Amino acid sequence: MATVISPLPGIFYRKPGPGKDPFVEVGDAVEAGQTIGIVEIMKQFTEIQSDTAGVIESFEADDGAMVNPGDTLVVVREATA
Amino acid sequence: MACEVISPGLSTTVQDRGRPGYYNVGIPEGGSMDRYSAELANALVGNPPEAAVLECTYLGPVLRLTEAATIAVTGAPVPVKVNGEERPGWTRLALEAGDELSFGTLGGGTRFYIAFAGGIDVPEVLGSRSTYILGGIGGVNGRKLEAGDVVPIGTSETEPPGAGTLPEEFRPTFAKEQSVRIVMGLYDHRLTEAGRESLLSSEWKVTPVADRMGIRYSGPGVEWKEREQPFGAGSDPSNIVDAGYAVGSIQIPGGTQPIILHRDAVSGGGYAMVATVISADMDLLARAAPGTATRFVEVSLEEALEARRERAAYRDRALTSLAEA
Repeated sequence: MATVISPLPGIFYRKPGPGKDPFVEVGDAVEAGQTIGIVEIMKQFTEIQSDTAGVIESFEADDGAMVNPGDTLVVVREATA
Repeated sequence: MACEVISPGLSTTVQDRGRPGYYNVGIPEGGSMDRYSAELANALVGNPPEAAVLECTYLGPVLRLTEAATIAVTGAPVPVKVNGEERPGWTRLALEAGDELSFGTLGGGTRFYIAFAGGIDVPEVLGSRSTYILGGIGGVNGRKLEAGDVVPIGTSETEPPGAGTLPEEFRPTFAKEQSVRIVMGLYDHRLTEAGRESLLSSEWKVTPVADRMGIRYSGPGVEWKEREQPFGAGSDPSNIVDAGYAVGSIQIPGGTQPIILHRDAVSGGGYAMVATVISADMDLLARAAPGTATRFVEVSLEEALEARRERAAYRDRALTSLAEA
């Protein structure tokens, strides 16, 4: 399993904006470099990307949760070659 | 000499000791949020304390050097990487032309500082190189760094100190709990006894709403006295007729979330200031990451001045430890 961690503190959002669909859901396939969420701090929104290709196994942070640097946001089941 | 900005990080700005003397016309003193860390970074590379450094917030930049340079990274704990290889913080590092400087995930705190021997050589504005983003002055074009910027570095005219690393005992801690000393006033008479008690006995948590202007806390709130709205004051129970703000002063709009004004704060407004953080603890506040549990401890003005002297003596011992090694 691979994890996506937050590199910075802030509020984690799973959606690109209010009323929009989440970037990804559990069970979705993700590419390396694909955005899985946003962390907001100091009125800036930083997109968080998965480093690995695979399938979203679980979310470890809820939408709207406060996260710290190093916190796991998402677990990704790596694609088997 | 210069460094090229490959990736700017979240908010990387040029800062020095600030531009005092213009707060009366609305321009904050500004300067490095964590003065101690910035000054020690300068000391490690042999810069005078007023040299400008880069202040990096949460997410560090990726920089490439155009020529060999001597640097030091201080402040919040963060993996320092030269061409991907980890190097120590609080330590003088010799970099070669073409080297790439990058950073890992912050291990606590909020900001770290990069000093280059010779200092960041942007033009002074009103006597300082500090970036004041709201006013659009200082630093690189009055803003935070952007990818593609070329940041000029001056020529060092002084020798670095004997020691290349700062002893652990002189490095600040970046804890998730803080005890912050405050002097009550000028408007604490507007709080009820219960409100005052709540401010001083509750635990307050730093919210993600925190930047160079101020830090907002969540907690149980405080109670304001009933009053008749004075002419010229707003309707919020904490509104006053506009007054000058002190750096470090605490406002509690609506009685819910205290806001402490920091280096880039506005200079005045209509919220009652119930207390002011002592100058010796302003660096401590600057290191408070979101979620930091905070208690406010009342001290007298005499104690505040003594704390200032102690802090200056501690800094002098740190500087001496570098010089003597």
